[in-house]
Amino acid sequence: MPEVGIARTRPKYLNLVQIRLPLAGFVSILHRVSGAFLFLFLPLLLWLFGASLGSAESFEQFRQVGGHPLAKLVLLGLLWSYLHHFCCGIRCLLLDMHIGVSREASRRSAVAVLAVSIPLTLILAGALLW
Amino acid sequence: MVKRILVGAHYGFRDWLAQRITAVVMALYTVLFAVAAASVAGSGFEGWRALFASGFMRFATFVFFVALAWHAWIGVRDIFMDYIKPTGLRLALHVLVILVLVGYLGWAALILGRL
Ligand code: HEM
Repeated sequence: MPEVGIARTRPKYLNLVQIRLPLAGFVSILHRVSGAFLFLFLPLLLWLFGASLGSAESFEQFRQVGGHPLAKLVLLGLLWSYLHHFCCGIRCLLLDMHIGVSREASRRSAVAVLAVSIPLTLILAGALLW
Repeated sequence: MVKRILVGAHYGFRDWLAQRITAVVMALYTVLFAVAAASVAGSGFEGWRALFASGFMRFATFVFFVALAWHAWIGVRDIFMDYIKPTGLRLALHVLVILVLVGYLGWAALILGRL
């Protein structure tokens, strides 16, 4: 049964560390991660929104909670999530309309998602959180 | 009906389209929100509250929340369909997601209604 040995050495690319995901695949999986993260933190976002609009006192509470270092970290994550999800969502909508589906164009748009969302996250975090 | 939720077959296109339409609605609102928020920057609580108390902004924000709940339902359901295999657990999670999203929508309506 020599085939058994051959079959055993056949690579099965199920090892997540071994799989080489193309950049577009990486950006795409982050779209899912960011969507899930936003969903999980909706209660926090709603609470902040409600407090900011309730009264002068609750607005002050909103500022205090938002100013907590731990909250800032979570909000930084949510800011990035929203911006990444937004940019990647627009890319996804364009692809659905068959715009930029060639290998080259889709790679470029995946780079563009990162090139827009990451600096924008840093700029807005600098302006709003720190 | 129950079978449809479990299998998710045959009516995928409608959800796919709804997810795209809600995405466009939220993207447009995001731009509106950014411009409106920038226009009241520095005016503190009063300016912030006055912005959302205006009829137009209140309406637009509510539409945004409806789109958000619908969009998140389809998105989270798709994620569960990919990773949660036991049918009973998946169904329970689906129900849970619907309930929390309906709750969030009511919460958002209360926030906007009090303005
Ligand atoms: C400007 C706002 C948004 C835009 C333009 C947008 C766009 C999109 C698009 C086009 C998809 C479909 C992707 C696909 O089928 O591959 C999607 C999926 C999804 N979105 Fe959004 N979205 C927005 C906001 C949100 C928010 C605020 C949440 C969270 C509550 C969210 C949660 C999700 C989830 C969980 C998915 C499923 C991801 C997946 O199946 O991999 N989205 N979004």
